[in-house]
Amino acid sequence: MEIVVRHLCKSFGDKAVLRDVTFTAGRGITAVMAPSGTGKTTLLRILLGLERADSGTVEGLAGKQLSAVFQEDRLLEHLSAEGNLRFVLGRAYDPDAARALLARLDLPDTGDQIVREFSGGMRRRLALARALLAPFDALLLDEPFTGLDRENRDRALAAVRETAGDRSVLLVTHDPDDAAGCRVVRL
Amino acid sequence: MKRKNRPVRLWAAAFWLLVWQGASMALAGTTGGRMLLLASPVQALGRLLALAGTGAFWQSVAFSSARILGGFFLACALAAVLSALACRLRWVRELLSPLVAVVKAVPVVSFIILALIFLSSENLSLLISGLMVFPPVYLNLLEGIEHADRQLLEMARVFRVPLGRQLRGIYLPAVLPYFRSAVSLGLGLCWKSGAAAEVIGLPAGSVGEALYTAKVYFQTGDLFAWTAVIVAVSVLSEKLLLRLLDAAVRKAGG
Repeated sequence: MEIVVRHLCKSFGDKAVLRDVTFTAGRGITAVMAPSGTGKTTLLRILLGLERADSGTVEGLAGKQLSAVFQEDRLLEHLSAEGNLRFVLGRAYDPDAARALLARLDLPDTGDQIVREFSGGMRRRLALARALLAPFDALLLDEPFTGLDRENRDRALAAVRETAGDRSVLLVTHDPDDAAGCRVVRL
Repeated sequence: MKRKNRPVRLWAAAFWLLVWQGASMALAGTTGGRMLLLASPVQALGRLLALAGTGAFWQSVAFSSARILGGFFLACALAAVLSALACRLRWVRELLSPLVAVVKAVPVVSFIILALIFLSSENLSLLISGLMVFPPVYLNLLEGIEHADRQLLEMARVFRVPLGRQLRGIYLPAVLPYFRSAVSLGLGLCWKSGAAAEVIGLPAGSVGEALYTAKVYFQTGDLFAWTAVIVAVSVLSEKLLLRLLDAAVRKAGG
């Protein structure tokens, strides 16, 4: 599956956020790189269907099941880690798979812990675990490794690679280290 | 040691009880020593205890409680449905807006008299208490729904989380604190308006009828006793409901 973005433009009032963005993301991880404040998040929001582009087209995502890590963690603070995963997965929640992935992301035995008590890095990893456990055709990640140390980032990137397989992954980042070993598109 | 900030301090309550006793005794002086115009606190308590020993008293309390609290719960249910609809459909909100403004502004007695033209007095307090409770509950629920976290709702949309799960996980924790305030305000309102409706409509066997009878026969002891009953049932129902809601808020994590 390919995600094809052609001549995408988006402005908020007088401020042009995306100017004629064109790229193709094939199977595996494609890193979209740009400095902070250059419309990466807006691009991802358009691809997720949360924002409308002023002009341009996106092909390959219509009707597809998407999964995402947002710029913010967007976790339900009052629920446990397991509660957050169940909220998204419903009956598809597999406790063994969840435990294994949480352990792999260095969150062992945290299933019962309330998210409110999590540190910033733990929240980020839980948000990533949620995105990886949810069923998806394409995975869109907005700065998913923010706040993680090198060791945890490498673990997380390896988990993304393995889980995604040959499905399309769009990894939006400003950090060249995050994009190591990925195809890179520069905005 | 820090003193507790209690809403009513014992000495202040005792002071006003003494004022009441003094006023009662002073007025008794004008009626040959008989406390006709203003019963004393002791007389009122005595009448309350005497009334509480009769079956008719409890029947009246049950009759009025069923209707007034019934009106409250019906108004809450209606407000829940309509506030959810109003958040989704702009025209529902616009349609309800003048109605809510009118109910808030018009004196309750106008509604009571109008309702008496069309309705029997028996269920008047149900309608009136419901009518008075609806605006604050509806407006608070509307505000609570609007305070639901937009980012979480977007997340739920992307992951295609079903509406039922969104209601439990996102909307309920957002709405419950607002609903709690509405319940606290609404329960006081519904007892005041419901009792007023009964005093005017005089349904047989109601607390309102007992209040009216006490007024007609100058039984100020009974008047205070029945008033105390209304206050007690109102406070008890508020405390009970708020306790249940607090447990729900804790469970939902709001």
